[in-house]
Amino acid sequence: MKSLVCISHVPDTTTNIKYTPDGKSLDTTGVTFVIGPYDEYGLVRAIEFKEQTGQGHVTVLCVGGAEVEPTLRKALAIGADAAVRIDGDAVDANFVAKQVAEYAQGKDFDFIFFGKESIATNGSAVPGMVAEYLELPFISQATSLEVKDGVASLHRELAGAYEVLESPIPCVISCQKGLAEWRIPNMRGIMMAKRKPLSAVPAAEVSAAVTTEKLELPPPKGDCQYIDADNAAHLVSILNDKGLI
Amino acid sequence: MSVLLFAEHWNGSFKKSVFEAASFAKTLADKLGGPLHAVVAGDIADEELQKLGQYGVGTTHKAGDARLNTFSDQAFAKVISTAASAIGAKAVVLANTYNGKAAGPRVAVRLDAAFVPGVNNIPEATSEGFTGQRPTNSGKGVETYRTHRAAAVFTPKVNSFGLNEAPVDHSVASLAVELSDADFAVKFLEKVVTSSKVSITEADIVISGGRGFKGPENWNILEDMAGSVGAGTACSKPVSDMDWRPHHEHVGQTGIQIAPNLYIAIGISGAIQHLAGVNSSKNIVVINKDPEAPFFKIADYGIVGDLFDVVPKITAAIKEVKAATA
Ligand SMILES: Cc1cc2nc3c(=O)[nH]c(=O)nc-3n(C[C@H](O)[C@H](O)[C@H](O)COP(=O)(O)OP(=O)(O)OC[C@H]3O[C@@H](n4cnc5c(N)ncnc54)[C@H](O)[C@@H]3O)c2cc1C
Ligand SMILES: Nc1ncnc2c1ncn2[C@@H]1O[C@H](COP(=O)(O)O)[C@@H](O)[C@H]1O
Repeated sequence: MKSLVCISHVPDTTTNIKYTPDGKSLDTTGVTFVIGPYDEYGLVRAIEFKEQTGQGHVTVLCVGGAEVEPTLRKALAIGADAAVRIDGDAVDANFVAKQVAEYAQGKDFDFIFFGKESIATNGSAVPGMVAEYLELPFISQATSLEVKDGVASLHRELAGAYEVLESPIPCVISCQKGLAEWRIPNMRGIMMAKRKPLSAVPAAEVSAAVTTEKLELPPPKGDCQYIDADNAAHLVSILNDKGLI
Repeated sequence: MSVLLFAEHWNGSFKKSVFEAASFAKTLADKLGGPLHAVVAGDIADEELQKLGQYGVGTTHKAGDARLNTFSDQAFAKVISTAASAIGAKAVVLANTYNGKAAGPRVAVRLDAAFVPGVNNIPEATSEGFTGQRPTNSGKGVETYRTHRAAAVFTPKVNSFGLNEAPVDHSVASLAVELSDADFAVKFLEKVVTSSKVSITEADIVISGGRGFKGPENWNILEDMAGSVGAGTACSKPVSDMDWRPHHEHVGQTGIQIAPNLYIAIGISGAIQHLAGVNSSKNIVVINKDPEAPFFKIADYGIVGDLFDVVPKITAAIKEVKAATA
């Protein structure tokens, strides 16, 4: 299998988000950046195909400035073969999708993997857009992927259910928990990653469809009203009076 | 300046999320001073479609192709964008359900429209498009966005607006869409139901348990409470990782994001990744034996106590209240 894995470079899930005083961007002081946790499911699944069959190739791609390169290196350390950075400011999902589509066009990838969403933008936007630009089938929120006789069989998550689907290859897949397990790169992987190719290519010109005017923290919560454990039933009368139950 | 709603249905019936998206779309249509249309795909009876009129939909465009009885993001995107072009929609609205999220981005590309996912505020029209707010960074931040295309596709967050009735006369028109086999390239084999309970993204009340429950054998304590108020049940990540509870109950940054009217967290510490999935809840109750548990910082009501003692008492009190008002 020849896979393209698109990864987002996002603040670690423990980050206490702060924005710059002008409200234009994330305050990155002290922030650790990681591969998007959903994106990593696709990365690991792509690597597993290679391990299982002894053949195939995994390219990781991120649209961003030079600051995303350590994140791409980490993907190489986990087991991807080559990394590509499309040098541009990922202004919106459409910009990213256009870059991915242009890059993937004509390269015969069997699978193009994404996370179900970026934990920075919570868009769930890029994968479907790429599928539309490339006119490929798209399986969103996949929790399982196997290949049999040149056909992909997948589970797609729904509320309280899942669908069992079959898709022709090539196809676009957005990944949800269950598809694979996260991996921690080992020493050997980290050493090998240093010698793997990481190239930067210029971004195609695309005008922004959506721009961010301002980023701010949500209004602070009021104080917690405590109810004595010995009088727990009092909670019920409060909730009932407020029409909450 | 019309607005188009994608009216998703489940085997011919609507759910609350559709009426909520309709309420959002109607408010937007009124702001733009235009009509609200809807589009449906697959078999659905006209009586069911009439319900859309209650929420301000004047005309529903129905693509009745039998192949549309199972969801295909490709085919549905074609149907939705065909209807949008036909009425010259300035905004297309899809609730951000699993299917709405899958089809929405394709619709935006087909229409060369701006895509604005997960909004929890009604947008304002600008000379160039729209502006408004949406949660970002997993609910830890708020983004003010601006669109720069003639049209925009919005996927409002489920449970963020509530219902708003605005009855109008409603009619059904049939919509012809050219669909090819390629639009159904992904073959649907079966749907496996993993939970028959109210989906937690749509539930008004969600009761959630963490590692404090000690083991799956104690979940009846939580389910009893949930049953007493008809709540959905959720859990923290380690609880689903240990298979105490199924994955689809896992809420948080890497699980499901929910915004119920009332969220009751029991025996959950309130790690930042957990809060990222529940911080849009309108009212939060926390029950934890540790007064220092971080969850109390975002709680509206808190009880410091042992859940094995406190929760059954609360359940009993709820049952009493319910019996008194039944
Ligand atoms: C990349 C990443 C993503 C993650 N994503 C998520 C996510 O999406 N969702 C999520 O939930 N977590 C997520 N986590 C895990 C998160 O960091 C926490 O570890 C997890 O939320 C803790 O679960 P918990 O509160 O059930 O357990 P604990 O932190 O162990 O807390 C148990 C709580 O129960 C209380 N307790 C114990 N006994 C009792 C009793 N008898 N009565 C009352 N209270 C009691 C304790 O005081 C404690 O506060 C993620 C972690 C990482 C690294
Ligand atoms: N800048 C980026 N570069 C490469 N892939 C990205 C980028 N941003 C998002 N993605 C991919 O698109 C998925 C969905 O992102 P989003 O639509 O922004 O929620 C992510 O999980 C990534 O797989």
